[in-house]
Amino acid sequence: MTRVRIAQLSCGPEYSGVQKEIDEAAAAVDAEIFFPDIKLADIRRSFDMFGLDVRSPDLKLAIARAKALVEGRVEADAVFIATCFRCAEAAIVRNELRRYIHENSRLPVVSYSFTERTTSGTLLTRMEALTTIARRRALLAREVQQGLTMGVDSGSSTTKAVVMRDNQIIGTGWLPTTAVLQSADEAVTQALSAAGVTRDELQAIGTTGYGRFLVGEHLKADLIQEELTVNSKGAVFLAGTQAGPSTVIDIGGMDNKAISVQDGIPGTFTMGGICAGASGRFLEMTAKRLGVDITELGPLAMKGLSRKVPMNSYCIVFGTQSLVNALAAGSSPEDVAAAACHSVAEQVFEQQLQEVDIKDPVIMVGGTSLIQGLVRAMEELLQTKILVPHHSQYIGAVGSALLASGFIKGE
Amino acid sequence: MAKVFLYPTTSLILSDLVARFGHSPLSAALQIRERIQTPGLESPPLQITPEEPKKGLKWAAVEVPSGVRGRMSLYGPMIDEAEAAIIINNADFSFGCMGCARTNELIKYLVRKRDIPVLDLEYPRNEEEGVEFVAAIKRFLDALHGGSA
Repeated sequence: MTRVRIAQLSCGPEYSGVQKEIDEAAAAVDAEIFFPDIKLADIRRSFDMFGLDVRSPDLKLAIARAKALVEGRVEADAVFIATCFRCAEAAIVRNELRRYIHENSRLPVVSYSFTERTTSGTLLTRMEALTTIARRRALLAREVQQGLTMGVDSGSSTTKAVVMRDNQIIGTGWLPTTAVLQSADEAVTQALSAAGVTRDELQAIGTTGYGRFLVGEHLKADLIQEELTVNSKGAVFLAGTQAGPSTVIDIGGMDNKAISVQDGIPGTFTMGGICAGASGRFLEMTAKRLGVDITELGPLAMKGLSRKVPMNSYCIVFGTQSLVNALAAGSSPEDVAAAACHSVAEQVFEQQLQEVDIKDPVIMVGGTSLIQGLVRAMEELLQTKILVPHHSQYIGAVGSALLASGFIKGE
Repeated sequence: MAKVFLYPTTSLILSDLVARFGHSPLSAALQIRERIQTPGLESPPLQITPEEPKKGLKWAAVEVPSGVRGRMSLYGPMIDEAEAAIIINNADFSFGCMGCARTNELIKYLVRKRDIPVLDLEYPRNEEEGVEFVAAIKRFLDALHGGSA
């Protein structure tokens, strides 16, 4: 497959001035946005059959186009659903169409609510994930790592490297991201040293994360892939749940990912976060303010009660203010730590998890999954037991190393 | 000759009627084709930039979705300029259609709020209603100052 065809179902992007940004993001990953071609008569018929009585004609058009895709009257490789941010009617349609397409077809779907400030850069990773799922379904179906490979996850907060041999992790490296290449080199050195192998022995390398292109070029990687598909793969591999449905939650340093996975391949996903207040960064700030290491924040939160401290970290600045106020009013560090965890979990729950279908097992990954207080808060909100696999902080690097083995010569 | 704002603004038929009866139509007439290959039903023939939703702030506050504000940057000045208006409610898609229900509500409200003659009509569903529909528009336009018919 060369050019991936992404069907756009939308309301408002042209009048918001962002259609060009959507087109550019798609073009950057060698994909093409198109609008399913349907008749006016199809709008009336499909809309009536779908049964969601919305008033906006463009939303009716989106519904009719979704039905045309699901019924196979129009062919596409993936679907992008976009509507205006803050439009309640559009939000209902966006969610229902995403669910409808996910449940009734094999088409990967991503939905997004834009403002006039949305840029192609914001959309790039989502488009890349859509095209990866469409283009590399066979690669994503890989369940076993073979040979000697390395994966590097150049994240916004930390850089991770993992060396794998014959389906086993034999070396890891981890450090905070400073200079992107320098951090990657250091993580690689750590992982190679722990594995007891040299760079030359590696049969394939994969990179992911924010710095994936830069680091990938630097390391001459065989596979450079966005973190949505890679993390899904790494999560189900480590959790031992490669077959069937699962939900992956990754609360990252800069943004969060919630992914509905089927047989290791993302079906629908959301990525982003309204503010750093709903990310791992806020927990880092909380730990710093409490004078503890980030690794101690989880155990501390487990001893506290979040309901004792009112906190809403919708904005990182106001969240920090709540934190300072609570401490000044005499709240215990344990309760403050628990409240911070609850606040982050609650925002991810309210803003992102509503856009994916939560199916057990729920797997939490990334560095923040090691903060037990955060996992507990999420369990309480989801009313389910969450799986945190061993090595969950290396998820992207593991997924990368696993998928990179598909590039070993002769594979 | 009066400047007559039309709703739906994309209706070529309305635009033509107004011009025939000697007035100046204020519309964004774009023919709705039999097959739709553009993102929306009334996709604009012009390049809208992210600046347009900001210009739309004159008619809709910042918490209003960008698509509404972007549309208002086009239709808002027309409403301000209008000396009369014709509103067709529940029109068929093929008659002329505007994609966003919230924008449509705002447009109709802003038109009705202005102290100008407004003709509010239901879209005709049969031939008899169609004849009366055209006659009502003609009567309205004739009554406006400077009409030629």
